[in-house]
Amino acid sequence: MVAKFELTDNSVVVIIGTGAGGGTLANELAQKGVKVVALEAGGRYLPQDYINDEWDSFGQLAWLDKRTTSGDWRVARDFSGLPTWIVKAVGGSTTHWAGASLRFQDHEWKALSSYGRVDGANLLDWPIDGAEMAPWYDLAEEKMGVTLTGGRPGLPGNNNYKVLEKGALELGYTEVHTGRMAIQSNDDGPRMACQQTGFCFQGCKWGAKWSTAYTEIPEGEATGNLEVRERAHAARILHDDDGRVTGVVYFDADGVEQTQMARIVCVAGNTIESPRLLLNSASEMFPDGLANSSGQVGRNYMRHVTGSVYGVFDKPVKMWRGTTMAGIVQDEARHDPSRGFVAGYELETLALGLPFMAAFLDPGGWGREFTTALDSYENMAGMWIMGEDMPQETNRITLNRDQPDQFGLPSPNVHFSDHPNDIAMRNHAYQQGMAIYRAVGATRVFPTPPYPSTHNLGTNRMSENPRDGVVNKWGQAHDVPNLFVSDGSQFTTGAAENPTLTIVALAIRQADHIASEMAAGNL
Amino acid sequence: MNIQGKRGLSRRQLLSRSIAAGATFMVGAGYVAAQDATWATEVVALKPETMATLVQMARDIYPHDHVPTEFYVIAVKGYDTEAAAADIEAGVTALNAAAQGKGYGSYLDMGWERDRVDVLRGIEQSAFFQQIRGGLVTGLYNQKAVWPLFGYEGESFSQGGYLDRGFDDIAWL
Repeated sequence: MVAKFELTDNSVVVIIGTGAGGGTLANELAQKGVKVVALEAGGRYLPQDYINDEWDSFGQLAWLDKRTTSGDWRVARDFSGLPTWIVKAVGGSTTHWAGASLRFQDHEWKALSSYGRVDGANLLDWPIDGAEMAPWYDLAEEKMGVTLTGGRPGLPGNNNYKVLEKGALELGYTEVHTGRMAIQSNDDGPRMACQQTGFCFQGCKWGAKWSTAYTEIPEGEATGNLEVRERAHAARILHDDDGRVTGVVYFDADGVEQTQMARIVCVAGNTIESPRLLLNSASEMFPDGLANSSGQVGRNYMRHVTGSVYGVFDKPVKMWRGTTMAGIVQDEARHDPSRGFVAGYELETLALGLPFMAAFLDPGGWGREFTTALDSYENMAGMWIMGEDMPQETNRITLNRDQPDQFGLPSPNVHFSDHPNDIAMRNHAYQQGMAIYRAVGATRVFPTPPYPSTHNLGTNRMSENPRDGVVNKWGQAHDVPNLFVSDGSQFTTGAAENPTLTIVALAIRQADHIASEMAAGNL
Repeated sequence: MNIQGKRGLSRRQLLSRSIAAGATFMVGAGYVAAQDATWATEVVALKPETMATLVQMARDIYPHDHVPTEFYVIAVKGYDTEAAAADIEAGVTALNAAAQGKGYGSYLDMGWERDRVDVLRGIEQSAFFQQIRGGLVTGLYNQKAVWPLFGYEGESFSQGGYLDRGFDDIAWL
């Protein structure tokens, strides 16, 4: 049943990566009868393999290849070799994500027009808008079984949510609910219902959370049109004298270099690896990297304005029980410059286990100020700040030739510094988050710095004008007609919403476009 | 990394054959023990006084008064190897020198935590301090036996999650 294609078969679409973008695209194309080879750098782990232990799971799933960091973000100091917290496995970071599935607000598709010029920011309007995306969002929500959409019930709120909700209502917030989540909330769906086990970040052992690892990938494989090659690490993309891509060189599970020929190549290796691959594919014809005539490949790296607020109470909360992202406050997601910054942010519950709380509450912290906080771990509630950050040309992925990876390929350096708008937004969110917990009696609050990035966006961005970005409104490279970008790196701006739903909606739409262009003989 | 009564020695023998190292520990040939001999650990590459100092340093970096010392011993026991010993001995020597600079015989001779913390603040940027502190983040807090002391319950999948076991049982709000 599962397809097996020849390396020399140049009729296949090669997709690099099997996460939210690549995994969805692979299944959608396979369903339409398109032959697909998906190259996945990681191995295959399924619910029975996931480990409900933070460090053990991290060792199993996290992307830990050689990376370096620079810039003034605290991650570069505290976790210098670990800029991101993403996954290397079939399913990519859909294994790790918490499930929050929010549509962009209409104004966010047009960030430059909505916010105006912002000094130091490389803002741009997307070449698509909310009306164009609405039907694709409908399909994505249906595919993923998103709660509070399509008549699906919401999840019940856990203790951590109840604390957030009460505090938020005390402050006068009104858009407070248990979230639109790609987590099965009843027994009527294709996946088992959520058992409130916690450890959403470590892979859902019930399979209640949508992940391409056990939805899209096996569905695609069942068509006979999809072959997933595990532990296949893409090294560079090849092209011919006409500037069309012809195949992908990769290292197989034994570390042996292989070349898979291709009719079309779709890059979906996440926002660090995707531009790295294009830059590592530089050639005589494309000396600055593939699809990089704009010079924008690797630039405009965004990670959302994040941060956490933890509150300590005089009685137990046990925040680790139940879904990790159990609810949301959306009132601050609006664009309202009177707050001192453009764009907006969401507040979403978040819980860490004791081992990760020790690592992330105040990285590098020690002494009684730190340990008395952990002494109250059982009485803590937690939330995550999730806001739109400003694209900046200087925040970028570059090649670090001095520190090659395990295959001898130049590794990615991730450079990031906050924009003043990011800092103003984060400080506002810290104040509001702390006020929420104080409103329900917190005796102590902690404005916790951002973790290594899970939302990584913007480094191959979509633009109307080829001068401003890397891909067009279909995710198709401006410079190379049969090369596509299918992950979050195509985001023109980040919006205030968790990115997965939009990545999936774009992938469904892109599959539709690719299949029809192939059928029309244009690709 | 077993923490156990020193093999072959009774508690009374331990008490009689050891010498005090600071207020908390006793050391003898090849071992460190609690003053009340409730636990003892062998050392193979480090001097016993060095291991005792490391344990006190671990307590001072991440002090949890309700966490028994044996968990801190487990957290630093990994440095008792031939490969690590030279750097650790050098680091502890520097730590003791800093204590002597404040008029004490050694780090373990400093009775007040605030005085020891002053010394640690002075070496906070050193590779030695960062090695010990960084190692403790997982060495101490990733011990499953420590988790219940903080109320943390660990995995719940084997018990069917919390859907019927109190995921929303908060009553004081």
